[in-house]
Amino acid sequence: MSQAELTAAPTAASFNEDSEVHSGLTPEEMRQSKRNQRRRKLIATAFVIPLIFFVLIAFIAPIGTMLYRSVYHPTVAQLIPETLQALQSWDEASDNIPDAATISLFAKELHYLAKERRSGKLAEEINRGMPGSSSVIKSSARKLKKLDEATLANEGAERLLAAKKQWQEVKIWRTMKSSGEIFTDSFYLTATDLTRNEQGEIVARDTNIYIKLFAKSLKIALLITFLTAVIGFPLAYYLATAPAKVANTLMVFVLLPFWTSLLVRTTAWIAILQTNGVINDFLITLHIINEPIEMLYTQFSTVIAMTHILLPFMILPLYSVMKGIDPSYFRAALSLGAKPLSAFSRIYFPMTLPGLSAGALLVFIISIGYYITPALVGGTDGQMISNIIAFHMQSSNNWELAAALGSILLILITLLYWIYDRLVGVSNIKLG
Amino acid sequence: MKHLKRFGAALALCTAMSPALAEQFTAVSFGGAYGEAQQKHMLDPFMEKTGHKILFENYSGGIAELKAQVESGNILWDVVDVEVIDLERACSEGLLEVFPHDTLPAGDDGVAAKDDFIPQALANECGVGNIIWTVLYAYNGDTIKGGNPNSIGDFFNTQKFPGKRALRKRPQVNMEWALIADGVPKDEVYDLLSTDEGQARAFAKLDTIKNDLVWFDSWSQVPQLLNDGGAVMAQSANGRIFDAIQKDNKPFEMVWDAHIYDLDVWAVVRGSKKKAVAEEFIRFATSSKPESGMQDVAYGPTRQSSYAYMDEAILPKLPSAHLDEGLKASGEFWADYGESLGEKFNEWLLN
Repeated sequence: MSQAELTAAPTAASFNEDSEVHSGLTPEEMRQSKRNQRRRKLIATAFVIPLIFFVLIAFIAPIGTMLYRSVYHPTVAQLIPETLQALQSWDEASDNIPDAATISLFAKELHYLAKERRSGKLAEEINRGMPGSSSVIKSSARKLKKLDEATLANEGAERLLAAKKQWQEVKIWRTMKSSGEIFTDSFYLTATDLTRNEQGEIVARDTNIYIKLFAKSLKIALLITFLTAVIGFPLAYYLATAPAKVANTLMVFVLLPFWTSLLVRTTAWIAILQTNGVINDFLITLHIINEPIEMLYTQFSTVIAMTHILLPFMILPLYSVMKGIDPSYFRAALSLGAKPLSAFSRIYFPMTLPGLSAGALLVFIISIGYYITPALVGGTDGQMISNIIAFHMQSSNNWELAAALGSILLILITLLYWIYDRLVGVSNIKLG
Repeated sequence: MKHLKRFGAALALCTAMSPALAEQFTAVSFGGAYGEAQQKHMLDPFMEKTGHKILFENYSGGIAELKAQVESGNILWDVVDVEVIDLERACSEGLLEVFPHDTLPAGDDGVAAKDDFIPQALANECGVGNIIWTVLYAYNGDTIKGGNPNSIGDFFNTQKFPGKRALRKRPQVNMEWALIADGVPKDEVYDLLSTDEGQARAFAKLDTIKNDLVWFDSWSQVPQLLNDGGAVMAQSANGRIFDAIQKDNKPFEMVWDAHIYDLDVWAVVRGSKKKAVAEEFIRFATSSKPESGMQDVAYGPTRQSSYAYMDEAILPKLPSAHLDEGLKASGEFWADYGESLGEKFNEWLLN
């Protein structure tokens, strides 16, 4: 929109000046008018500069960093550069471990890392590719730390191999070599439940979580979109057709929860749904059930709480579109002999589509990346992909994997938006 | 103008001198009843004695925040209370300063520090052991059916003790318990868990009660779960249950069988500008008298000389009185397998 204004404003201005040009202008006046034109253009641009700057800093840069971080991984390469250099000439497909010179080089670097207390960083990185190798590296580092430079230069390789038996296996060296790659696709592979086997082929992993979670998040988001539409549509219709006084009162009921803190609303759902909560107590008192129903910490509670929280995002665009529909169309269809149902489905409903699609798009995109509500009421099976991303950011410290998962989510949403544009057309959206 | 100059000089003098007189630094720990006990027995007496000021903040454990501070060079914390399970990693990644253990004061009974502390408390170069605490399970005496459970096997016995069980949502402790309940001797648990078969066996055992499990994230949820009937048995840090029984008279009982005990340590964040006074605080906090104050929340002291200050009646309730029944949590094992088992655990939960 800003772009349209940007180009529109100077054009309008130049039109005015052009009309003046026709009334016989000297070259000097022509230049003057061009200068004016340029100045106006500049001013118009200056108005959007803060916005561009903001978007750049708050949006483009972080997303770019995230995309970059998901493939750029120099940590290991910075920790053991010489070893990795030497490993280049080693044939990882062979069953022999690297030659003594390489191993001794690694012993030297590990010794240095241990002194600097950075061996733990290396251990953590290698451990990702080979669970269990962390203690191998750490305990070897401890042993090497005690050696002096001379012993290290002469017997470094032997000491390292003697420190832990795993050093005599090819696997740990392969892992080291592969995690030393500065640009890597391994986080994307992990994020799609794939991995490379020892021959370097891409194969499925034994653990299968992320694809399942993406599918589940999609399913939950679609379900929520559907539910908000089913609940929101009749309500918005009633609001749009009811007398102003009733409509305004009801609107407060829609907006008041919307203005309440998200945490308060989510916590209220905990109180309602918990084992000895409002609903269970009520049903037990009425002898409808004998045992409390398990509702909190399930997918059900995620869906119901998020439906409630996102409902206004559906109602508001629907309402504003319905408000603009002339009721006489519907009446005209009826008077021309249409049954109410077909008048609704062929006349009224198509006219609400811009609002419906705006609401659906808003609710869907917000809900697929939702974080707080699933974390609080979702329990185990109500978790969404954003909760796993947060887990990798906060607990497992695997920021690269979190970035890869986040990028996939971004691509997924962009893709869905593109499909939506193809099917419905973005120009068909009306937000108000 | 003259006045202003004099005032400026006085001000400059004040700022120059104040660090020498009283410094201010930040300490972080886990809050709750534990944090209160630390405030009362470690921080307050230290501030009173030395005139330094400590800002005491809460965090939820883990090393992510430490890492962010150290790597960005923007150090906000000076002293941290770290679980040993994270200490190994934090220390070897260079997030903590090395603590000179030889500067620790002798116990109040004159025994040298290295003999007074239990060995695990000084096992890592970066920290000084502060408490022994443990993870056990407790049940609600009012809602339990089928008698009184007394072993970890009972936790997995849904036939005899029907009802929901609450576990913290992570593989730690749960994997160990599953194997012990399945008949694995305690000293073989970690060896077995580092094999695929052992992990599969643990998950198979957890499968048997999967439908009866309630998951929680924070220890603070446990007393509530037991109280409002969300679960009849629940995993817990022993201090939380002790606090609920002691302060709120809850009908909870602790089961010590196969409890998994561990230490917390005080450590200095790497790059702290208040390193000297932070170390001074740690030396004070881990001396005999302040250590004994941790009995308030039933956490055991890490040095022998503290017992002289402690109430006889509390001793049987401390983890230190039950070490034979328990298993020491392996920081090394979880540093190695925490991530891969965490993934498998998540997958198991989703299926």
